[in-house]
Amino acid sequence: MLDHLPDIVNANEPLVRRGRFFSCTFLVGIGATDWLIKISNGRVASATSGPHLMQSWQFSIRAPEDAWVAFWEPKPRPGFHDIFAMTKSGTAVIAGDLHPLMANLRYVKEVLESLRNQAADA
Amino acid sequence: MTAPIDSITGRYVYFDIEGRPHRVYFEESGAGIPLICLHTAGSDATQFRHLLTDVEIAKQFRVIAFDMPWHGKSLPPVGYHNEEYRLTTDLYDATISAFCDALDLDRPVLMGCSMGGRIVLHMADAHADAFRAVIGIEGSDHQAPWYDRDWLHRPDVHGGEVCAALISGLVAPQSPQEYRWETLWGYLSSGPGIFKGDLHFYRADSDYRDRVARIDTSRCPVYLMTGEYDFSCTPEDTIRTAKKIGIEAVIMEEVGHFPMSENPDQFRKYLMPVLAEIAGR
Repeated sequence: MLDHLPDIVNANEPLVRRGRFFSCTFLVGIGATDWLIKISNGRVASATSGPHLMQSWQFSIRAPEDAWVAFWEPKPRPGFHDIFAMTKSGTAVIAGDLHPLMANLRYVKEVLESLRNQAADA
Repeated sequence: MTAPIDSITGRYVYFDIEGRPHRVYFEESGAGIPLICLHTAGSDATQFRHLLTDVEIAKQFRVIAFDMPWHGKSLPPVGYHNEEYRLTTDLYDATISAFCDALDLDRPVLMGCSMGGRIVLHMADAHADAFRAVIGIEGSDHQAPWYDRDWLHRPDVHGGEVCAALISGLVAPQSPQEYRWETLWGYLSSGPGIFKGDLHFYRADSDYRDRVARIDTSRCPVYLMTGEYDFSCTPEDTIRTAKKIGIEAVIMEEVGHFPMSENPDQFRKYLMPVLAEIAGR
């Protein structure tokens, strides 16, 4: 589901600029599938689905697949419009070292939400 | 002069709060029933600029919005540099009461959003005869927290950036981009630790669950209005609170936690009938 994430993010110049000090590997869990997202100075270097053997990551955001589908709707319904709406309800779970997430929160949220904009353009 | 100028007057008023001198910035427009507007935690009264320029509202109401001390153009008190700002129910009450006294307002309507929507419940309970009515926008007697406040003020995370990024999800997806980012600017430009200090009141010193049922709405009518996209003060939180008070909550479609600033046109649809009812009392 995240195959196109590098193309979408890397073509978004303002987003890449905002992430220019950010390099990190984080995990997005979509149902049973784990995606490793490697960020290098604001660009998505790679987005690969599991299984991942002995791979390190700094933080993870996991939710059921239907929740992510709702999240990526162009105008998501209440409760699925923000990752923290989903964590508050228990639908999503954030774990790991939260510092890189919180220090770059706008960037990470906009990376995840970039797939929503893509749906709107389709 | 050909450029447009808002019909808002901004001034500074001097008064003491809990024995300390303050210089408080406020804006106003219109004439008639005083309508005091309380901004959200970690932001300022700019949130009410659309209400302050509403020609219809100005015909019947003197709309007044002030920056809380430590916020916007109101300075912190002398000595602030050695203090940790922490708002409490007592300090918030004292600030609002002192502001009303300073401007010599006659039984104003008190309207607040978020933490402002919380304190109006306390004011309706503690000072029922001092207010014509209270309006809680995104208000409830209590709500569950959804993040650790310590992230808001620490040297290795930019405070303005993290506050804005956290609360950005509280703006509804339908709200115009222009107003979404104007709303977020209030958080991006907030002073260090101020949002966190406001949340001390919101999280730790304003659990009114055992108090709201005793509000006498015959002395001070209460209106509660909450956006469907608000997952901080949820519609369920507001409906639960309204039931205890014995009133009907208004749940607003296609708005989040900042109705007056994120989507002023949508908010207006819900607010105008409330203001008309108050004016007709």
